[in-house]
Order: sequence, then C-alpha cells, then structure tokens
Amino acid sequence: MESFSVFVPKLVPKKDYFAPGHRACIGCAEALAVRQVTKALGRNVIVSNATGCMEVVSTPFPTTNWRMPWIHTLFENASAVASGIDSALKVLNKKGFINKRPKVVAMGGDGATLDIGLQSLSGAWERGQDFLYVCYDNEAYMNTGIQRSSATPFGASTTTSPAGKLGPGQTRPKKDLPAIAVAHNIPYVATACPSYPFDLMDKVKRAMAIPGPTYIQVLSPCPTGWRYPVDLSIRMGRLAVETGAFPLYEYENGKYKLSFDFPKLRPIRDYLAPQGRFRHLRDAEVDQIQENIIREWQKLKDKVEA
Amino acid sequence: MMTGKRIGMESSLGIAEAVKLANADVVAAYPITPQTHIVERLAELVANGELDAAYIPVESEHSAMSACLGSAATGARTFTATAGQGLELMHEVLYVASSMRLPIVMAVANRALSSPLNVWGDHSDVMAVRDTGWIQMFAENGQQVFDLTLCAFRIAEDPEVLFPVMVHLDGFHLSHVVEPFYLMEQDVVDKFLPRFRFPLALDPDKPLTAGAFFPPGVYGEARRAQDDALRSVRPVISRTWREFEEISGRSYKPVETYRADDARVLLLTMGSFSETAMLAIDQLRERGQQVGLVRIRLWRPFPFTEFRQAVGNAETLVVLDRAISYGGPTGPVCAEVKAALYSEPKRPRIVSYVGGLGGRDILVSEFVEMIEKGTALAESGVEEELLTIGVRV
Repeated sequence: MESFSVFVPKLVPKKDYFAPGHRACIGCAEALAVRQVTKALGRNVIVSNATGCMEVVSTPFPTTNWRMPWIHTLFENASAVASGIDSALKVLNKKGFINKRPKVVAMGGDGATLDIGLQSLSGAWERGQDFLYVCYDNEAYMNTGIQRSSATPFGASTTTSPAGKLGPGQTRPKKDLPAIAVAHNIPYVATACPSYPFDLMDKVKRAMAIPGPTYIQVLSPCPTGWRYPVDLSIRMGRLAVETGAFPLYEYENGKYKLSFDFPKLRPIRDYLAPQGRFRHLRDAEVDQIQENIIREWQKLKDKVEA
Repeated sequence: MMTGKRIGMESSLGIAEAVKLANADVVAAYPITPQTHIVERLAELVANGELDAAYIPVESEHSAMSACLGSAATGARTFTATAGQGLELMHEVLYVASSMRLPIVMAVANRALSSPLNVWGDHSDVMAVRDTGWIQMFAENGQQVFDLTLCAFRIAEDPEVLFPVMVHLDGFHLSHVVEPFYLMEQDVVDKFLPRFRFPLALDPDKPLTAGAFFPPGVYGEARRAQDDALRSVRPVISRTWREFEEISGRSYKPVETYRADDARVLLLTMGSFSETAMLAIDQLRERGQQVGLVRIRLWRPFPFTEFRQAVGNAETLVVLDRAISYGGPTGPVCAEVKAALYSEPKRPRIVSYVGGLGGRDILVSEFVEMIEKGTALAESGVEEELLTIGVRV
C-alpha cells in the first residue's frame, strides 16, 4: 500500500457526492465507505437506498448529504426499486422520452442485503437487471441496536445473540453472500473495505463499467457495534483482511482474483482482541475460529488458482 | 355516442387493451389468481411489439410494487395488477407509493384472503388497504373496467393530483367474464391522455433526495398535507370523467344511483354485484315498492357530499358488505357510511348485511330478501351489528 499512497491520491476525484455533516457515529467506517463509493461513482448515477444506518444518518428532513438523485423507500426492496429505475431508464431512452442513461446503484446494510432483502436482490440478479449493488456490511443490525444478522460472524456477542452461560454468542458462521452472488452467474462480484480506499474505488469503477448485475460487499467496521475504540476503524478493517477474517477478492467472468495475498495470515487473535463483541471467547473457541478461517482461506486460494 | 365497434372480450383483456392504448412504459407484475389474465395479456402484447414497454417479471408482489415505485419515480408511465394475497404482500409498499405521490395505476381483481385458502372474489383485500392513501374506484362491468383504467392514468398524472390509483374489479365475477366492449381509437386516447412529465423524476441533472426520514417535528405536518392533497383531488376526478364522457359518451360519477329519486328504501352496493341488485330493484318496483340502489364508485377519497345527497331523503339504507371487520361494528363499508351520516340532522336508519364472501353469488331473490327483511328490522327499531345473507348459520 505504501507505494500506492505516493501517487494514487492525485487520481482520486476531489469532488464529494456524499456531503459532510452526516450524523453517523464517531469512527463510522460505513460513512467513510459511502464517501469512497460515491466518489468513485461520479455524478451520473441514481441511488436506491435501503432503510438502515446510512439512510437515517444522511436524510433527516429537511437536510440531506446526497448530491446525487437518491431514493429511499423501504427496508427489503432497494433491489426491486433499482430494477424499476433500470427498466424505466431503458424504455424511456428507447422511446425517445429522455436522452441519458445514468448508472443505477442500490445500497443497503447487511440486514437489508443478506436477510430481509435477499429475495428481491436474487430476483434482480436472476432477471439480469443492470445495476451495481453495494452492501455495507457491519455484521449486525446496528441501526436498531446491534442485533445479530446472517452476516454476524461466529462467536460475536450481539443483543439478540448474547454470549451467555450456555453459548459463545452467534453460533453460526457468516452467510457467504458473495458465493451466492457468483451462483447467480452475474458478471462481477467483489469484496472491499474502506481501509483499502484505492482498491475499493477501483472495484466500484470496474463494476460500473460492466453491464448487468454487479455486487460489492464492503466490510464496514462499526465501533459502536463491535465495541472497539473509535480511532481504530481503519486498523480493524486492515486486521480483518490481514487475518483472513474478511479476504478481499474479485470474481469476474468465472475467474477469482485475490486483491491482497499474504504468505502467512496474521493470527485471528489480533483481530478479535480489541473488539468487545469477542471479549467473552475462550481459547478453544478462538482456536475454532482460527481453524475455520484457515480452511476458508484455503478454499478461496483454491478457487483463485483453479 | 358509443363510438367504434362493439366487441366481446374478457374483462381482464379489456384492462390490458386500455394499458396498451395508454402506452404504458413499464409493467411490473407477479402472477396471482384471478388477476393473471391481465398480466399474461400484457406480457403477450410486449412480446409481440404491440405495446412498447418494459415488462419486469418480478419475484413477488412486494417487488412488483417496489419496482413500480422506482419506475414511476424515474418518470415512466407505470402499471401493475394484483389480487388478494398479492395486495396484502404489497401492503407496506402501497403507503410509500401514495406518500411519495407516484402516479402508478393498478388493477385489483378483488379476492378473498386466506386462511382458509380461497381464490374467488370478495372485498376483504380492498378493505385491508382502505387507508393506504390511494385513489380507489370500483368498476361494475367490463366497459367500466376499460374506461376507468384509461381515466386512472389521466387522473393519477394530473399535476393537481399525483396520487396512485387502484381500479377494483371483482375477481372472476368480472375479471373472467366475457363482456361487451366499445374500444377507442389510438388518436382519441392520445389526445385524452397526452405524454406526461413527472415533476420530481430522479435525474442526475437535478439531484433530489426522495424518501428522507421525518422526525416527530415534521412528520405530522407531512401526514396532514397528504390528507389535504388527497381530499382536494375530487374535482379533478369529476372533471376527468366529464371530459371522458365527451369522447366516449359514457358517464361516471363518484356516487351513482338507480331508480333512487323517490326511494324510501335504498340498497347500497359496490362492484359487479350492483348489476344483480338492479334486477332486484326492478322486481320490487314492479310490485309498487319505492326502492332504489346507490353504488359508491369512488371509494377514496370518500365522496361525502355526493353520498349524503344520494341517501339524504331515504328512510332506510341497507348496506351490503363483501368483507367482515372481525369483532368490529358492522361491515367495513357500513361503518364508513354510518360515520359519514352521523352528523346529518336527517339520516336514514341503517342495516348492515355481509355476503358474497369468497366468490359466493348473491341471487336476485337474496337482494330482495335483504331489502325486505332489512326494512322490517329497521322499522322495528332493533339494531343488529351484523347480518349475513346466503350464509348457513
């Protein structure tokens, strides 16, 4: 990354489409991710946003942070709304009623994407609707007070998967939505993290250039929900990637590519230790998480090398 | 003046014909009985190039209405159709469509609700979406379905309106029945329904935030403004129907009556059963009884003035509901009617009947029975919250 930082910032657009002044928590990596994503998107887009943290912190009437056409309707339907926009743009252009084709982008948190909105997202993918979906994954329902979602990793304590005498918190592994996206045979799938801003923005631009459904899942560390100090968000994203807890990769036209490879993964303990949501874990459980990560990392490497 | 050739056609296909003549841009729909023939026909028209529209075969009704939100917000003329469970699955999305002032047109082939499963017609689905903020109107026959669908686009898109519109037709009893139609020429429709421009379209050249969240300090004002706006559209609806009469010769009013002028007893119905009720009125008139029929065509916004005028001189009003308000006061339509008349110095005695549930017919003889028994009951002064007709008790 060091070599990038010398010259890449000059290539990043100065213009922001997500204006300052939003009401996200201090240290929110999701707001940072939105800023990076919208920078990469540029002005010629229409955004369909699911209900969640980002909608709430950015649009208390009569204020808005969005310098692009933006629509929020409900929690589970951002993909269906985006489908309507996509189809309307196609037909209005074809009939000559308008003469512009902005790119359509849908956004939602992990609850809106992996849980309640998965059906409408799957439907849009299957129909081949032309839009980019960005999931800001902070691994729980943070907006409503840190309840578990299917993106919550094994062992995390949340308000609806609390660690207790009988269990370690979340008892199931994180749902692998990128794999489900790949199974829909869509042309482009990627994972990203605002701790790697140039990689994230490159992926957004790549997805924008590809017609048809594209999907990017952005790990968005959340100091409020993960319970770590607010100045550690960038570090938490780095640790998630370096430990293999959230590998960054791309899938395009049947081929996987690792965005950041490591000869040896950092021990998962480095990532878990600063986070209050994992504080209760015993050595045996940490060992289990470590084993799972190494196994999943190897599976991903096998896909990359296949 | 009935223009054009008279043809026979299923009512569902008549709606598709109206949507084609309206040159809809986007149709997003999910199959559900008894609405399927409408969207099947539209898919066929799109596949054959007879309707230049995008057809989005969504994976649920929730997504159907959500896709309609996106489409209408982009400025496309947008249509969908549903029924029963489908309308219920759309429920939360319906509120968004009206609050965001999106001029979507939807045909609802009215159907009963589960459980137990029943795919046939009644008004349980309509009554459940009464307060969603949509303009809602009822058709009684195939021609009306066609006419009201065309008018619905014009009303929804009127700059003084900008509300979504539901056109209700009874499932099977109307949706699947072959009816006589006078269709219209494309150039006549084009003049009546010119290309519209949605003033709040999503556009990168004019970015806007649609669907912001409203804290307690502004939410109430938004709700009040929406209600004021919906109440104020009644003159536009009447004006549109008058203009439609000029090109079609067919007239529509928010409240319509049949042999009601000197009637002492009035029967109130909505939807296709009204035509059967008319036969009952004719029979009783032949026997010299002063009875008549009132039909509410415009269900939302409720036409208070017209309704009070229509029933003001009657002594008894017998109301037929095709839905039950479980544990509530009378059938849902009757409760509304009572509320609308409560403050009137002179008002009829009101009797509430529920019948025709889940596709069961109401015979002419049963309408006669409702009127006669209802009148006797009203005159006796006994108040019953709910009577059923044609139901084994």
